[in-house]
This record gives sequence, C-alpha cells and structure tokens, in this order.
Amino acid sequence: MLKGKNALVTGASRGIGRAIALELARKGANVAVNYAGSEEKAQQVVEEIESYGVKAFKIQANVANESEVKGMIKEVTSQFGSLDILVNNAGITRDNLLMRMKEEEFDDVITTNLKGVFLCTKAVARQMMKQRSGKIINVASIVGVSGNPGQANYVAAKAGVIGLTKTTAKEFASRNILVNAVAPGFIATDMTDQLTDEQKEGMLGLIPLHKLGQPEDVAKVVRFLASDDANYMTGQTLHIDGGMVM
Amino acid sequence: MADVFDRVKAIIIDRLDVDEEKITLEASFKDDLEADSLDVVELVMELEDEFDMEIADEEAEKINTVGDAVNYINSQQ
Repeated sequence: MLKGKNALVTGASRGIGRAIALELARKGANVAVNYAGSEEKAQQVVEEIESYGVKAFKIQANVANESEVKGMIKEVTSQFGSLDILVNNAGITRDNLLMRMKEEEFDDVITTNLKGVFLCTKAVARQMMKQRSGKIINVASIVGVSGNPGQANYVAAKAGVIGLTKTTAKEFASRNILVNAVAPGFIATDMTDQLTDEQKEGMLGLIPLHKLGQPEDVAKVVRFLASDDANYMTGQTLHIDGGMVM
Repeated sequence: MADVFDRVKAIIIDRLDVDEEKITLEASFKDDLEADSLDVVELVMELEDEFDMEIADEEAEKINTVGDAVNYINSQQ
C-alpha cells in the first residue's frame, strides 16, 4: 500500500507518533523517526520498523527550531532520496487553568505544537513541490475543535493546526501536495495518563463508543490519508474520537 | 558556461512554458510571464539549484523581473 514511499514522522518515539511510524512501515514505507529527547525509545522504534523489512533511522531535532528542522529534512531527503509523507505529530502539554497559566506555559505549547508544524511543513514543501507530489498529515486534537478546560494553550495550538492545515492545503493543491489533519479524541497514551481520574471519567461519559481509543486507531487513519486511497481529499480534519464531537 | 541570462531564460521557459521572445530583462514574472506567487517561489528555488546558491527570503521577495534575478545572481558570483 505504501511500498517505496518515504516518510518522516515527528515525535515518533512514543505514543501516537510511534504507532503511526510502525503502521506506515507495516504497509511498506521507509520511515525516519524524529525524536526530541527519548533517544533510546526512538532506537527501539527504528529496530521494530526494520523488522518489517523496510528502511528506518532515527533523527534528533526540536521541531520548534528552524535550523534543526532544515537540517532534519535535508538529512531525510539525502538518506531516502525523496520524501513522500510528512506526519506532523510532535507535541507537548503544559496543562493549567487559564487563570493560573504562566506566559511561558502558553508559549512553550504554541511553539512546539503549532510553530513546529509550520516549520516542518515549510521545510518539506520545497522537496514536495519539486516532486509534484506529497502527503502532509497533521495530528491535531479533538479539543482543538471542542475546547477543553485546563488546556487553553494546547487547544489554541491544535485549533491553529486545523486552520494551518486548511491554508496549506489551498496553497499547495496546485502542486499535488495534499494536506489533511486528524483530530484524535481520548487516546490511551502517556499524555492522557497524566489526566486526573475525574477528568478521565468525565470524558468517558462524553464518548458514545464509551471507551478510550488506542494509538493504532489513529495510526490506521493516518495511513489511509498517506495512501493513494485518499488522493481526492485535502484540507480535511478527520475526528477519531469514538463519536465524541460530531 | 552559458551567460547568466541564458541560463535563467532556459529555466523560465521550462517552468512557465512561455515564448522565448517574451523573456526580456524588463519582463515582470507576474505581469508579463503569467506566473503566480507560488511559481515565483519555485523559480527562485530552481535558480538556487542552478547557480548553487541560497537566496534569502528577504532577497527573494525583491525579485520581480527577470532582470532582478539576473542582477542578483551576478552580484553574488
């Protein structure tokens, strides 16, 4: 399905990013595994990907740093020869009630989760424009659509990602670069483990399917968007949330 | 090695599919050669590759005519 395609997944050492990297590899893509700090975990993902018989390597870069991002894209294109799929997944949380949120907490999340997508997209666009093809998939969040108390920074960033997805889709459509987003709901990862029991219970009550999603549930939709099966879709945000937000 | 203008001209013909006689030093990419904003971005990218140089965004924004591009490249060589 993705045989011969070359992909880069940011924040791929764990959680949803890891599941996406593995899923793309399982379908035949070569995958560059970006990470910020978890080198050991990134290496484990690389080894698991290689067991599928495709190429993989890990690459350290802070997505919020333009020169690191440029260096990363250069390295990936020189190792793989082309870059067909970019998954902007890297993200952090610094949850706090708005009245208690420090400026720094707001800035950190916007910088990594929103500016990071902008920088990676800009850096990869050059290569994809030359190729006259490419798939960019942004991992947003359902809270970017619905809002969520305690996550003003995260929600603002994710809503920003959805808007960025639409604009990028319009700017690059003429070059056959398709840009879509996924908006995961409540997925079982390290990030959602940090939520309080009260928050978790509250969210389960809002999910018609009444269960958490798994990282693989998101990964499979990303794999679809990355494939030729989604060639007539661009600028869309797909909710993967058990029906939480319709 | 071909003259800078000739090399720039070849890239423009290839990319924008316009008649050679329309490509003068005074020709504006957008007004005379029917390029849109993204076409100009791409042209600059190709010029970077052809002449093995990096053109900063601030400089690229000043390139409106074929002559602007040729002059910039000459100034950097």
